[in-house]
Amino acid sequence: MKNLFRAAAIAVPATLAASAPAMAQSLDQQINDGFANATGWFVSFIFSPFPGTTFPWIVAWLVIAATIFTVYFGLIQFRAFPHSISLVKGDYSDPNDAGEVSHFQALATALSGTVGLGNIAGVAVAVSIGGPGATFWMILAGLMGMASKFTECTLGVKYRNEYDDGTVSGGPMYYMTKGFAERGLPLGRFMAILFSVFCILGALGGGNMFQANQAHAQITNVVGEYPGWITGIVFAGIVFAVIVGGLKSIARVTEKVVPIMGVMYVLTALVILLMNANMIGWAFGEIFRGAFTGAGVAGGMVGALIQGFKRAAFSNEAGVGSAAIAHSAVKTKEPITEGFVSLLEPFIDTVVICTMTALVIIITGQLIMDPSTGMYLLDEGASTIQTVGDNKGVALTSAAFSSAFPAFKYILAIAVILFAFSTMISWSYYGLKAWTFLFGEGHTKELVFKVIFCIFVIIGASASLGPVIDFSDAAIFAMAVVNIVALYCLMPIVKRELISYQSRLKSGEIAKFH
Amino acid sequence: MSRKIVVGYDGSKSAKAALDFSVSLAKAEGGSVVVAHVLEWSPYSFLTPEELEERHKRRGEELERAETAVLKPVVDQLSGSGIAVSTALKYGHITDTLCKIAKDEGADQIIIGRTGHSGLATRIFGSVAGSLAQAAPVPVTIVP
Repeated sequence: MKNLFRAAAIAVPATLAASAPAMAQSLDQQINDGFANATGWFVSFIFSPFPGTTFPWIVAWLVIAATIFTVYFGLIQFRAFPHSISLVKGDYSDPNDAGEVSHFQALATALSGTVGLGNIAGVAVAVSIGGPGATFWMILAGLMGMASKFTECTLGVKYRNEYDDGTVSGGPMYYMTKGFAERGLPLGRFMAILFSVFCILGALGGGNMFQANQAHAQITNVVGEYPGWITGIVFAGIVFAVIVGGLKSIARVTEKVVPIMGVMYVLTALVILLMNANMIGWAFGEIFRGAFTGAGVAGGMVGALIQGFKRAAFSNEAGVGSAAIAHSAVKTKEPITEGFVSLLEPFIDTVVICTMTALVIIITGQLIMDPSTGMYLLDEGASTIQTVGDNKGVALTSAAFSSAFPAFKYILAIAVILFAFSTMISWSYYGLKAWTFLFGEGHTKELVFKVIFCIFVIIGASASLGPVIDFSDAAIFAMAVVNIVALYCLMPIVKRELISYQSRLKSGEIAKFH
Repeated sequence: MSRKIVVGYDGSKSAKAALDFSVSLAKAEGGSVVVAHVLEWSPYSFLTPEELEERHKRRGEELERAETAVLKPVVDQLSGSGIAVSTALKYGHITDTLCKIAKDEGADQIIIGRTGHSGLATRIFGSVAGSLAQAAPVPVTIVP
């Protein structure tokens, strides 16, 4: 009898201990299932392929837009590149405007919103599904996307609202309403509302859940598995303190550390590439081979292309409209100058940083290839390439960097958390701008959005990567659908600004101050 | 010949000493004084999206505060002194901006106070007095 009690006394806590993680896991599982069910229809609509093909219409939509802007503005991204640098350096800024938002500051803030997990985790997803060839299409999409960004940011500044108290608000909602009215086009207001709805979803998806999700993945990668909702609650708490509690100091520290982290990330990648200098030729060979043959990846060449374009758009947000919100605050008399500056954004984000990530993953041999056929080996589901140690997303990037510098795992973990955090802060602002556009300004209304935003941090950290990344992509691309229609309608205005500016630049009316 | 003196002024004790010295010099030589206040600012600093939105408004507030709290009391104080006083209020890097003000005003010399720091802090951050002495287009007087 005594033994029986003792056995029971041991058994009860043991059962409790065993059931606690199970309960936690099932909470994650419930959030995950519920989320996947609730968003599935939206995701399948955005990514539905052209009838009879596997090619999603949304990818074609983005690529065609970027191509049209590139042609319409006569390869502006290459022609204006030196002038863009000159503007960022402040060569054309009036010294009497010192103390106002500079081109550099607008660019840096917009960049800290886009340089995030898309560059680290997103690229890993792209090459593990689309193979090295995805990198080629990603770079191409980045270069073309510069023209989209140029168009939207010029309009963002041109049609921003400047209030009596000196604050400014800008973004696609404003050029849709004011720009459409100016050209006598209908439906401007309707599009602005639609855009705002998608912008809120995008802010909650790619700007929030995807970030929380991958930050959690990175932390577990370093400290071991534990339930996602714990990370979610901690993150949500900090975000809450910043956006609701007005704890600006945290945001300010992040804003200062993020650029340093970004530079460090690129430098480390460069060092790894130099250490494997003899492989760089091979890596580019793989990228080209994969870009045009597919090299065995799911969906072949088209699969590589879709992944490359998708991840580029998700990372640099060209054509999405978010950057137009961030760039609107700059002090300039010429809206087009901000367009020039903003075209550097996809270049830095995609052509430089994303490419670095992809090259490091390829060069350190993370993707497993069958040496006899030259084809990449696919995992059981035949959707992704097998990787060394079966890593996915941010864990794959981490493994690639750690194979050269084991300690980099920890630095990357910190970088990922900071990137995730700064992206969340930026997107909470974009989302809030869309929210106040829809519902009007006011403390309570703004608080409602901010609280919803924090709840989604928890959901994002708990859900698994698949549904989160699908929803994030879908929401951000939905913004692009509306925004690009507006850009088509308003691009003659940008053209007019461009011609006028260039003639005044040539005549010397617009000159350097230094 | 009337001399024009730019005095770097931020309301601190050492700045007041520099101002007193400038005023006595201007009185003795029949010159004028430009009271210059520089708001430290770098166009390469990083701001959050919210700070960007409010920057124009904040700038206005900062300028107004500097005008009323720093410069106006000086102008009032010197109004009866018989010397010509003007002010300059600018954003920028302190040393570069003081040099620029001196150049724009056609001043003959710059007078500043010193913070009294020496050693480690100065080694790391540099000192306004030290770098101004190196960079100024006109003679610089540093008042202890």
